[in-house]
Amino acid sequence: MQKKSTSTPFRSGARLALLLQAALWLAAVAAVFLLPRRMLLLNEITILALFALSLDLILGFAGIVSLGHAAFLGLGAYTAGLTLKHFSIDPLLALLCAAATSAVLGFATSFLVLRGSDLTRLMVTLVVALLLGEAANKMQWLTGGSDGLQGIVVPPIAGLFEFDLRGRTAYCLSLATLFVLFLLARRLMASPFGMGLRAIRDNPLRAAAIGIPVSRRLVTVYTIAAVYAGIAGGLMAVTTQFVSLDVFDFARSADVMLVLILGGTGYLYGGVLGAVLFKLLQDILSGLTPQYWHFWIGLLLVALMVVGRDRMRDLVSKVLGRIMPSATATEVVR
Amino acid sequence: MLTILFDGIAAGMVLFILASGLAVTLGLMNFVNLAHGAFAMAGGYAAVMLTSRWGVPFFASLLLAFLIAAALGALLERTLYVRLYGRPHLEQVLFSIGLVFMAVTVVDYVAGSQQQFAVVPEYLKGRFDIEGIGIGRYRLFIIALCGVIVLALQAILTGTRFGAQLRAAVDDAQTARGLGIPVNTVFALTFAVGSGLAGLGGALGAEILTLSPTFPLKYMISFLIVVTVGGTSGMAGPFFAALLLGLADVAGNYFLPSVGAFITYALMLLVLMLRPQGLFARAR
Repeated sequence: MQKKSTSTPFRSGARLALLLQAALWLAAVAAVFLLPRRMLLLNEITILALFALSLDLILGFAGIVSLGHAAFLGLGAYTAGLTLKHFSIDPLLALLCAAATSAVLGFATSFLVLRGSDLTRLMVTLVVALLLGEAANKMQWLTGGSDGLQGIVVPPIAGLFEFDLRGRTAYCLSLATLFVLFLLARRLMASPFGMGLRAIRDNPLRAAAIGIPVSRRLVTVYTIAAVYAGIAGGLMAVTTQFVSLDVFDFARSADVMLVLILGGTGYLYGGVLGAVLFKLLQDILSGLTPQYWHFWIGLLLVALMVVGRDRMRDLVSKVLGRIMPSATATEVVR
Repeated sequence: MLTILFDGIAAGMVLFILASGLAVTLGLMNFVNLAHGAFAMAGGYAAVMLTSRWGVPFFASLLLAFLIAAALGALLERTLYVRLYGRPHLEQVLFSIGLVFMAVTVVDYVAGSQQQFAVVPEYLKGRFDIEGIGIGRYRLFIIALCGVIVLALQAILTGTRFGAQLRAAVDDAQTARGLGIPVNTVFALTFAVGSGLAGLGGALGAEILTLSPTFPLKYMISFLIVVTVGGTSGMAGPFFAALLLGLADVAGNYFLPSVGAFITYALMLLVLMLRPQGLFARAR
């Protein structure tokens, strides 16, 4: 969505979309006061939204299909957890450390991702996540292995905001982080950099022909996405004070894809909406069949894909078109 | 030492049988099917259940495992997979992940989450000793059977009318259709046989690999390695890749148990770095 394009004929639509966005963020803030009992769930949703936003940057904008995005989430979580445990630094500093390590990993592995086809990318991302999971499993002296990283003590943020049992501080921290990073991503994706990425996604060859440095753009966006995922992982460690091996799980990488697909790719809000939908679904489904809720997730995925994303998008824009001017509908969906 | 070589070859052979169907669907038809392991699991569970619960003879259970997995494959191909041919890879990935999730939970629900153990007949148990080299009878049997299957597959693909039709359909479905080749039937049959072979591999490998509801997830990466490292232009590449992977796995677990998996994965990354088209494929 190009919010800044006030010169387009979609002026009223853009204004409505802006209103909707404002309403979304206000609702998220209002939840602090309205839903004090659901803070932990809301915190999870927010972190998942950030994780999905990170995937959106590479999948929705650059067209890189990743099966191992959990690698960065896990690395961030362990980095934050370990720095907190051993140096008891400020949680914000721990998040920065998480961002730094995942930036390094993202930068290093981006060169692997550049090469080859979709299939090679799938394999490489999958293997990187597997390698890290295996490493965390084997380095028991550092990570606690399969017992998880225990004994994390989180000092108050900047010495001021103590973490409470209800998870209020945790939610506020996650929400603030998501908001800042979201604005940053929006600014970035509306810039020539973001436009270039979309050109690469739609046709790499043509993008290269008009002078976009394809490799450099992809390396940059992959690193940025890694940082986002690392921060999401760091938030997990900070707010739950525990890190276990399942942060590297394949199911994490798969779930976050579903989240993004549920919400829609390539317009940044997909991750947020998808995270809300996904967690609500999970809440309901695991209430019905605690052990087997992944079955329903699988069924949903299969059904969605058999129907097809294009047709779903058409359906949504048709429904939206009924309630608002058509220009807005396509803009929201796209 | 040679025992390890032998075990590695047996593991590689099973891996090839498991992955051969994927080598066709993913390698040739370019369909990213992450749910391939689910068919293998279906075959493995069918064989284990048939032999342990109903006392079906071992060889009959292998045949049934093949047939059950093939029937399942044909059914899903006709109803679901066929709709996703030619769609973006992302959708195929998500679709097949969904299938995996469903398969894992269904098996967990029906058979429980514990590991299942194969029932191997007495005459295939134990091992020979030939000049100090221990050779497991079951593994010898596996190598012999898989060797036959490999040769048969290669012969069918290169030497028969069906093989030619398949290769034509894969190269250019539209032209093949224009020439009167029943592309849909060819694909469906191929998919069914591929799933059946996966089922057979699952049944054979129940001894060597661990058969539990998470089987499709655990071995997904191995199948994918076989196909990507082997390259996507024929059966010989995946075959050698499977042998290599089997050997590396067994040897790694034996000599360097703490870092075994690392070496395999790191080697695979290296191969994909240097030769994105696979080890044995000509660059396209």
